[in-house]
Amino acid sequence: MAAAGAVLVTVVVGLVRILRGPGDADRVMAAQLLGTGGVAALLLAGIARGRAATLDVALTLAVLAAFASIAFVKGAALAQDEASRRDGEE
Amino acid sequence: MSAALDLFTIVAVSAGVLFFLAGVVGLLRFPDALTRLHALTKADNVGLGLIVAGLLPQAGSVLAGLKLLLVWLTVLLAGATVGQLIARVARRAGPRA
Repeated sequence: MAAAGAVLVTVVVGLVRILRGPGDADRVMAAQLLGTGGVAALLLAGIARGRAATLDVALTLAVLAAFASIAFVKGAALAQDEASRRDGEE
Repeated sequence: MSAALDLFTIVAVSAGVLFFLAGVVGLLRFPDALTRLHALTKADNVGLGLIVAGLLPQAGSVLAGLKLLLVWLTVLLAGATVGQLIARVARRAGPRA
């Protein structure tokens, strides 16, 4: 349990990077670290308390965190394409 | 035997937490997006891997152990893929990003 708490605290410190930026990529990186840290904390807590269902929750969170980052990349790539097209016309 | 396994759990989980700490420090202190991504993926893959390895002896059943491994493999696959994708976005955005 203590280790789960330690992982959570470190990851929350990492969230400062979301506030500071400077780029969108840095922010999504901190969000991804939160996803992985959340998975680690869930695993630690689930084994420590002996609850098998927590492992399923961790598995779901792992998949969803990956989808969140992929959604960001798709959106950012679209925005960059449009920006470069606009630059080319001028 | 069980004491040795418990000791292994404590060592591996502590090392995993240490990797998470190092990853966060790198994320906060490194100068640009690509080096920060480098620090982050180490924490993701190795930190979670050490924690999963440490928890395996405590899993209690084969199914729970397999599920732990599945979680780690999922994160490995997702981390490798997403790392490349984010790096491409950061590189195309240029040094200002």
